Amino acid sequence: MNRLFQRKSILRPSPASMALSYVALGIWTFIVLFPLYWLVVTSLKLPIQVHEGPFYLPFVDFQPSLDAWYYIVAGDLSKDTWRTYLNTVIVAPISAVITLILGTASAYALTRFNYQPRLGAIFTFIGCAALAIVAIAFGVPWLVAIISALVIFFLLLSTIGRRFKRSMGNDDIAFWMISQRMLPPIAVVIPIYILFQQLNLLDTRTALIITYVTINLPIVVWLMRDYLRSIPIELEECAAIDGASRYRIFWSIVLPLAVPGLVATFLFVLVFTWNEYLLALFLSGAKAQTLPYVISSQNATRGPQWWNMSVLILIMIIPVIAMAIVLERYIARGLLVGAVKG
Amino acid sequence: MQIDIKPQTQIEPNDKMTFLSRTWSKLSNWLERTSGSIFLWPAVLALLFLSIFPLIVSFYISLSRFSIALGGFELKFVGLDNYNRLLFGREQTHFLGLMAPPTPLSLFLFGLVVVGLAVFLVRYIRSSSVSLGGLLGRGVLVIGVAALVWILVHTLGPDGRPGTVAVTLIYVFVGIFFQYTLGLGLALLVVQKLPGRRFFRVVFLLPMMITPVGAAYMFRMVTDTSKGPFAPLWQGAGLTDFSWVTSPWGARVAILLADTWQWTPFMFIVLLAALESQATDVIEAATVDGANHRQIFRHITWPAILPVSLTLILIRMIEAFKIIDLPNVMTNGGPGTATESLTLQSFIAWRALNLGESAAIAYMLLFLVTFIAVSYVMLIRDRVVEKV
Repeated sequence: MNRLFQRKSILRPSPASMALSYVALGIWTFIVLFPLYWLVVTSLKLPIQVHEGPFYLPFVDFQPSLDAWYYIVAGDLSKDTWRTYLNTVIVAPISAVITLILGTASAYALTRFNYQPRLGAIFTFIGCAALAIVAIAFGVPWLVAIISALVIFFLLLSTIGRRFKRSMGNDDIAFWMISQRMLPPIAVVIPIYILFQQLNLLDTRTALIITYVTINLPIVVWLMRDYLRSIPIELEECAAIDGASRYRIFWSIVLPLAVPGLVATFLFVLVFTWNEYLLALFLSGAKAQTLPYVISSQNATRGPQWWNMSVLILIMIIPVIAMAIVLERYIARGLLVGAVKG
Repeated sequence: MQIDIKPQTQIEPNDKMTFLSRTWSKLSNWLERTSGSIFLWPAVLALLFLSIFPLIVSFYISLSRFSIALGGFELKFVGLDNYNRLLFGREQTHFLGLMAPPTPLSLFLFGLVVVGLAVFLVRYIRSSSVSLGGLLGRGVLVIGVAALVWILVHTLGPDGRPGTVAVTLIYVFVGIFFQYTLGLGLALLVVQKLPGRRFFRVVFLLPMMITPVGAAYMFRMVTDTSKGPFAPLWQGAGLTDFSWVTSPWGARVAILLADTWQWTPFMFIVLLAALESQATDVIEAATVDGANHRQIFRHITWPAILPVSLTLILIRMIEAFKIIDLPNVMTNGGPGTATESLTLQSFIAWRALNLGESAAIAYMLLFLVTFIAVSYVMLIRDRVVEKV
């Protein structure tokens, strides 16, 4: 009886709805691919062919040339291309992995523990931070200012801070985290620039990695929080009874079950950092520049160099596509099926 | 916690073992007790490191005027001048928009919203769980929503001209509506056991992977009416000289299309992961019991993906408020300021070295996003997530 149902899988749609599905999917595939096709075609054109109007098919209505490709990959611009490409390839995966580790850990913490940060402590902290910044603005060396502010903070915390008994909850922490993404980057580039200047990290990959980790953390925390919530807590309780430590539970039970969410989140963070433009523009000079900068610099005084841009965009997405093809299968696996019943 | 550390040479092998194992068990005990902090704090510290300082500094900049002076620059404290100019002064029509005089229709629409808000307030006051804080929060919410609706109905009418606030709101809400609907639809289609579905899954992710600046240039190419791929269509329609850049709504629609093209994958992949992690046995059981597709979606699938959906919409909303590359590259904010978003306005002020005004716009954006995000979390997300 059971066999019968499994063989004729219920999730397989009927032929009619299957045909409709394919039509819908086909339409969206066309919408997605057409602009990309246009990029490919444009990258094979000479400037004159772009300016003369639309040509659609290489070899049919225009003679393709590899001039732009040569210019970007091996010609005059190749040094810039490969230098920035290397930076992107180093910065994006490293920062994505760090973000994923930190973010998943704190997302796990926010779904499994109860935190009660006191309002008093929070306000004292903000006050001390403001004090430190004012002191720095008046010319106090920043190390001195920060250390003395920390001292004042702990002194106040142990005296006044205890008075305010009201506290916040996990959701407030999570909301505070996501609120860190609300200020547009344009407003924070100058302070961040000053910060890294003081730390002597300007125009280094480290500065970019640190920045990207912090700006992407909230997204990881929020996405992973929802995935982790959907993992039944009974499994963890069983493991805890068997004597597993928190870290072991996290590592060998929670993380394997969260793989679809982890992979999806990793892809985002990777893509976000891979493509980030504004902060990279400010925090990096000749040494640590990333690829998006080269793309936008193709909008030169002679107007946008469409053919070069197309090539750059294409070579920029190829590694990410490869990554997506590799990782896609992990999103597909429904690992939770039947886990609770056991 | 006193541990006697003897010089290493005096320890017998046996002692060494017990010493090590004792330290280890103490350490692991300590690790176990503080595991809550160890999981949470790295992320919090990382965020604190790069958030508090820029937040305070840019707030200070928004209260001052920046000018190039001899041998450097000068920041002069001007109080709320920058904000004043945006809300009531010279920049008002740019920021809030040009308000048309009230018409019966606009007043009627505004009245409808006010009635709705009043009902919402009265219901809360009549409910059992009234508190001063809750009342205050809801009061702010009602006033904020009423002000936004007032601006929207009067700037979007035929005589008005929407400012950057209204334009940004349009981008955010219209964009998210289409992105979510399309993303959900596609995820539902691809989660079926169709042959070749892996191909679609990868293809549908592609738009997200293009750098936003690049995508913006790409759309400028594709939507070009004389050299783009659709040029024959435009010519056939007799619109040879038509350009997106000359029609306010045309330009906005073009930007919305590009935005939807690029960000539908974001919705798609998260929803797909949520659908995939759903247990199939419940669905199979429901099917055996004779439930049809619509019922399964309504009662099993939808509640399962609702929490993720609401988070997704919140994240996308916060990101969408910062839209800048598409309008900047595709239309340069034009015609006039018809497609200018708040971030773009801030960027343009910044480029003109008007740092104070730029920071003030950014802070206004922060207030707006915070207001909308907090209302969203309080009113919709918490309520729904609790129910599920």
